[in-house]
Amino acid sequence: MKRFSLAIQGWLLILPALSVLMVFTHWPALATFIDSFYSTPKGRRPSRFVGLSNYEQMLSDPVFWKAAINNLIFVAGTVPLSIALALIMALWVNDKLKGRTALRMAFFTPTILPMIAVANIWLFFFTPQYGLLEQITGLFGAPSWPWLGSDKTALFCVIIVAVWKEAGFFMIFYLAALQQISPTLGEAASLEGASRWTFFRRVQWPLLMPTTLFILINAMINGFRLVDHVFVLTHGGPDNSSTLLLYYIYEVGFKYWDTAYAATLTTVLLATLALIAAIQYGILERRVHYR
Amino acid sequence: MTQDFTPHRRQVLGGLGALAAGTALGTPALAQGASEISFFYPVAVGGPITKLIDGFAEGFQKDNPGLAVKPIYAGSYQDTIVKALTAHKSGTPPVTSVLLSTDMFTLIDEEAIVPFDDFIKTDDDKAWLKSFYPAFMENSQTGGKTWGIPFQRSTIVLYWNKEAFKEAGLDPEKPPQTWDEMTAFAQKLTKRDANGNVTQWGVQIPSSGFPYWLFQGLTTPAGAVLMNPAGTEVYFDKPEVTTALQYWIDLATKHKVHPPGIVEWGTTPKDFFERKVAMIWTTTGNLTNVRNNAKFPFGVAMLPAQKRRGSPTGGGNFYIFKKAKRAEQEAAFKFIKWITTAERAAQWGIDTGYVAVRPDSWDTPAMKKYVADFPQAAVARDQLPVSVAELSTHDNQRVTKALNDALQAALTGTKPAATALKDAQTEATRILKDYK
Repeated sequence: MKRFSLAIQGWLLILPALSVLMVFTHWPALATFIDSFYSTPKGRRPSRFVGLSNYEQMLSDPVFWKAAINNLIFVAGTVPLSIALALIMALWVNDKLKGRTALRMAFFTPTILPMIAVANIWLFFFTPQYGLLEQITGLFGAPSWPWLGSDKTALFCVIIVAVWKEAGFFMIFYLAALQQISPTLGEAASLEGASRWTFFRRVQWPLLMPTTLFILINAMINGFRLVDHVFVLTHGGPDNSSTLLLYYIYEVGFKYWDTAYAATLTTVLLATLALIAAIQYGILERRVHYR
Repeated sequence: MTQDFTPHRRQVLGGLGALAAGTALGTPALAQGASEISFFYPVAVGGPITKLIDGFAEGFQKDNPGLAVKPIYAGSYQDTIVKALTAHKSGTPPVTSVLLSTDMFTLIDEEAIVPFDDFIKTDDDKAWLKSFYPAFMENSQTGGKTWGIPFQRSTIVLYWNKEAFKEAGLDPEKPPQTWDEMTAFAQKLTKRDANGNVTQWGVQIPSSGFPYWLFQGLTTPAGAVLMNPAGTEVYFDKPEVTTALQYWIDLATKHKVHPPGIVEWGTTPKDFFERKVAMIWTTTGNLTNVRNNAKFPFGVAMLPAQKRRGSPTGGGNFYIFKKAKRAEQEAAFKFIKWITTAERAAQWGIDTGYVAVRPDSWDTPAMKKYVADFPQAAVARDQLPVSVAELSTHDNQRVTKALNDALQAALTGTKPAATALKDAQTEATRILKDYK
């Protein structure tokens, strides 16, 4: 009986948090999944059950495929690059050097700035002829190029801005992890005469693995979530060459008002994210070294 | 979409002071039982435009005790329609809102709005409805009914740098009148450095975001109409449309007087200020922006002609929402009529740079004085008689997206003009088949 009341007490304690989570996360996700089997209600035409026809529409939608492929390129571009940069920056500002607080601040700044504001600044960086980028390439006599206005480089520009935005945030996690590593390990390594590279490869990197896993998952999720700058930089153009899945979902849902099809796309996106998380926790975690 | 990322709601000139002083007194407390008209307006909170709108709301209340307008600043046009339609679906829409004129079919299909015809009773009402420029009414009427009232409307014009014209040996007071002239002028205006890199382009027509709108500045002179008034058919694959697109492509690839690829809408005025381009096409809404930031004398001209002259209109209309109470709708109608009198339309045009929506606004003393000081402001008005409706159909954003994608594919060289337009036609026809 005592144990039973303890259990009730426990449930009551988490009830507020749980109900918020249910109402704002789990229920919408479930409702989205259900909506994906119905048609979009329009005026006098109520929605009706249509089975898998929204999914069939999706498979034959070239823009969906374009967005999906772009998103894979976006993830492949942003994740390794932002993690590598974060690690390098963290190792750098972890050392005892003059002005490291200022340096840490500098690296972290992009994270604090609102993405839309930042994208407006980047818009001018990428501007042909007098933008910052072309002022530099212009010094070497390189010809002008429409960075955001070409289907060959638009996605690349979108990736660069995302990496710039993300790296500083991930750096914080690496920095925190690096400071957890006992200084005695470093002292022992230097007594043994280990090179800095060996120390990193054999000591720091393995000890950072849990952090890396955490960052990897976050980076992957952000790879599907980070689209704010697309609204400002390219609107998904030219000709969908920089459209990402979430941006396309917004277009379908809030510009075309095709809510059923947007629900279908959202379901696919959710499933993809769930799969990624499952793989990472299931497979990678076993190979991660925990103390 | 035409005004999303522009300095479109720009600094306000004179007249603001008086209105701002009015708002400083604060909104008087609502009388008991007064009906309140919620009004979604597409602008971010703060800034000079909100002061103007607050001033209008207050002035209306003063003239109509017992009625109160409550402006709600809802962000960009896109944000505002998302908020308004979501509110409509949940059963509590605003009573009235300013939204893009091109959203008319979307709002009708969602059964979100009521036509204005229900409120037109007196001869005065009828005269008021006829007082607007017909070019603006094209995007406000369909099926014999009026669904929107023009408020903040714009059109595309050509801005040119008079200094650059002089340097190139052109008459700085003569803008290009035809397509051939524009090409010829642009060739003289394009400057290259020793390496052959362009330092100043002749002309640029932005193509990011909503290229279809600027494209209508080419298709209209080419003699093409892109859609039927019922919004159920489009004509993207007509030969005139292909001609128009080919001209645009040729400016960049054949004549090499226009930047290659997609030209960003948002940076186009800046390109002009930086003298990286001698002629630009952009909205009349940029007039004040250019006036304040161009460090050289500039001119404003109608778009050049091919078979005829012409430009699309753009911008926002007033709509009244269906699920609001009848009394609230009546009050909103009264407000819309009040805010679009000749004098107020003139003042709004002067303060913001939008084109005053009624011919008689231009005969008001305030407007006459403004035009005398700043004759460029009248170019948009003079272009109105040849202006046409902005592309708008059922399932509007999807159809325009098909055209936008085609235009961008052709401009970046991924597809030839005719193929791209044919693809857009097929896609648009597929989307529109449900509305036949």
